[in-house]
Order: sequence, then structure tokens, then C-alpha cells
Amino acid sequence: MFCLKCDHVSFSYENQVVVSDLSFTVEEGDYLCIIGENGTGKSTLMKGMLGLKKPSSGKIILGEEIRPSEIGYVPQQTPAQKDFPASVWEVVLSGCLNSRGIRPGFGALEKRLAWEKLQLLGITDLKEKSFRDLSGGQKQRVLLARSLCAAKKLILLDEPTTGLDPVATEEFYHLLLNLNKKYQITVIMISHAIREAFAHADHIMYLSQDSYFYGTTEEYLDSEAGRRFFRRCSV
Amino acid sequence: MIQYLAEMFSYPFMVRALVAGILLSLCAALLGVSLVLKRYSMIGDGLSHVGFGALAVASALNLAPLMVAIPVVILAAFLLLRLSESGKMRGDAATAVFSTGALAIGVMVVSLSTGMNSDLNSYLFGSILAMSKRDVVLSVILSVVVLSFYLFFYEKLFAVTFDENFARATGIRTGIYNSMLAVLTAIVVVLGMRMMGALLISSLIVFPALTSMRLFKSYRSVILSSVVLAAVSFCLGMCISFLYGTPAGASIVVVDVILFMICAFVSWMRER
Repeated sequence: MFCLKCDHVSFSYENQVVVSDLSFTVEEGDYLCIIGENGTGKSTLMKGMLGLKKPSSGKIILGEEIRPSEIGYVPQQTPAQKDFPASVWEVVLSGCLNSRGIRPGFGALEKRLAWEKLQLLGITDLKEKSFRDLSGGQKQRVLLARSLCAAKKLILLDEPTTGLDPVATEEFYHLLLNLNKKYQITVIMISHAIREAFAHADHIMYLSQDSYFYGTTEEYLDSEAGRRFFRRCSV
Repeated sequence: MIQYLAEMFSYPFMVRALVAGILLSLCAALLGVSLVLKRYSMIGDGLSHVGFGALAVASALNLAPLMVAIPVVILAAFLLLRLSESGKMRGDAATAVFSTGALAIGVMVVSLSTGMNSDLNSYLFGSILAMSKRDVVLSVILSVVVLSFYLFFYEKLFAVTFDENFARATGIRTGIYNSMLAVLTAIVVVLGMRMMGALLISSLIVFPALTSMRLFKSYRSVILSSVVLAAVSFCLGMCISFLYGTPAGASIVVVDVILFMICAFVSWMRER
């Protein structure tokens, strides 16, 4: 069963095409890393998958059981969050909003869900801490917990390990792999940590200015584009 | 002391100023938390200058001041928010252009129509006598609207303020909440500026939030503390103003500054 399908999708900003004619299918349970240089439209593509930006042509189709508001999203952190006074609990609970609709407040159901996600990611001891006082790795775990509150089957992450040290990066990728394998959650992630991406992801999407590659990680490493990219990265 | 207070409450204009002022301070503090956290601290300042320009034009043309100022300032609020979103001109630059431009226009109109007299002074620095019965009624209505907006949409407002992209992705229509913030802020600014003065009204918006952020670590506690701080500093400021005959707006801001420094010091001590 497919989870997300892109059918000849293009995106443009003010007549400037940033992503052109992508076609690929993400199956349920896949772990996909999107890599590529800056300005090749990775974030734009992700916004499109989330329904935040309309493709200029083509279609993005979600799997039958997924509603757009039920995609978990871990966006890049904003500068405003640096000194934002919010407890971890408040942040994680805010992921449950999509199931509340117009009703104010949170019910027992949402609170249980949020607590489960804290347990799942091993951060129950952070519950009362302030988000701004956490380390980079802890912050990403909290944002991941929030996205899992919103998500049923699919999470999208936009460069989640930016600014993390190598150990925290490795840990975060492990966590994602665990969610992916154990709970069958489909993961789509924009990544700059190439080594970790190749080590954990089972599919790779490589975007460059004028072309793209989509396939399994093995296929990518075997391909001409992959070998060139990997050589450049390892120099 | 008690005698002074009793005397203070014996003037109807003081009672009006207190009631309307406390309500407006509460609204400003609530909206201020979101605005400060969204990096729109200067928007109140920009809007009050636009309000000043609009009031000056309205009085020169003999129009009802609020009927002109409220729509103009709401429009300015929308433009400022839209400009900061589109990214063609940075929000802070846009605010600077708006506020100095509108201030200049206002000063020109006032000096051409009435000459530079005390009117200008009371526009810029506010007057305690400015609150009429109608202002009190408007302030009550406004604060009911702001309070219910905050209570009913508390969780959504938190999500939109903390992380707009995530909020949009989970299906929250962020545009509506931003627009509501803009409209309510505009109205608070226009109603409050005649008492606080165009130059000082934005302090009602930024100070309670900033001071609370020194001390508290969760969103809920920052909100609650902002509301309390806003009421306390307003009342203290009014007492000082009454006792020493100083302008109300400036007295309130001075209290705000002192409270901010105390809280900043406490938070500094705590971290050491």
C-alpha cells in the first residue's frame, strides 16, 4: 500500500521553477531521506507533501488512510523558539490539536496520547522542564513527540539534526529507525547528515538543480550520481 | 495614604480612567505575550504612531476620532503583518517607515490646523482626562472580546505562536488567528493611546510579557503573570500620577521599567 505518491509534481515561486517533474511513490513503512544541495527545493517539496504549498503542476496523493492534518511534522526550529517560555508538556500537547477541532482545551484522551509519546521517546522526566532550557537533542525529541501526537502513520522531518553534535545526531537517527521498524511509521526526512542517512534510510531521494534520483539506498550508492556525490562528501 | 486613595476615587474621571485603563492593560498584556513571542514587539509602537496621525487628521477635519482611527490602524496592522510575512521588506523596517511617516503627517496636520499647542502634547504623552463614558463602555466590550478570544482559542494561539509551520500542517488556519491578533491589537492601541499617549502605549503591550518571561518558564504561567503585572503596574502608575501630578502614561511606564529590572535581577540571581 502506498503512503504518498507524487505524480509529475513541479513547484515554482513567482514563475521560477524550483522543483520540476518529480514522480515517485513512498510505500508504507519506508524510511526515505531527501538529500541534495541548498536551493534544490527540498523544503519546498516537503511543504507540498504537507499541503502547505500547492504544486504548480502535477499531483501529490496521500494514501487512503492518511488525512493531511494527520501527518506528523518536525519543522526546522525557528529563532523565536530560543527564548520561548513553554513547558515540554505544553509543547507536546499542542501536537494533539488536530483531533480537537474547534473545541477548546484538551481532554483525557489527548493527555494520555501525549504521555504515551513522552514514554515512547524516553523523555518523561522532561515534562515540567522549560523548552528553552533543553539541549539541542532533547529539543528535537520533544518536537518529535509533538509530531507523533499528530501523526498516525507518517512523519516528515526537515533537517532535524542541524546543530546537533555527532552523538546526539546518531541517537536521533536510531530513535527514528526504531519508530520506523517497530511501529511501522513511515519516515520522510530532509537530511544533511549524509553518512547517517545512508546508514539508516532504505530509500534515498537526491535532488539537484536539473535532475533527481529516487530509489533504494543500495541503488543510489551504485548509481553514477550517488558515487559522484559520495566521493565529494568523503573528500 | 488611604485618604489620598479616597480622594482619588472621588473624581469620576479617575474612576473612569482606572476602570478603562485596567481593562485595556489586561487586553494589551494578553495580546502582548503573543506579539512579543512572535517578534512583533515594535508593532504596537508603529500602530500608535499611525493612530496619532489618524487622530490628528480626524480632528482637523472635524470627524469623530475613533471612527477614523480604528479602521486606519486596523488597516495598518494588516499591512505590517502582511509585509513581514511576504519578506519583500523586513517587518522591522516596515514598522519604522510606518511609524515615522505617520508621526510626521500627524505633526504636520496638527501644526497646520491648530498650531503647536497643548493638544499635541496630550496626543503624544496622553491625558488622564481623555477617558469618556463611551471609552469605558468600549473598553469593557473590547476586554470581553479579547478575554473570550484568549480563553476559547488558548491552545490554538499557543500553537500558532510557538510554531506557525507546524500549526498550519496540523490543519490550524493560522491566518485567521494572526488577523484576529492584528485587529484586536489595533483597537487596544487606539483606545489606550489617548490616555497613555502615542509614544508610550506600546509599553502596555511589551512590558508585562517581557517581565514575566524573566521569571516564568511555562506559557500558562507567563500569561497569568502578565495579566497580574499589567494590572499592578497600571494601578501603581495611576497612584503615582495622582500623588505627584505626573502624566499617567509616563508614570505607568516608569513602574513597568522598575518591575522589569527587579525581575531581571531576580532571574539573574537565580541562574548564578
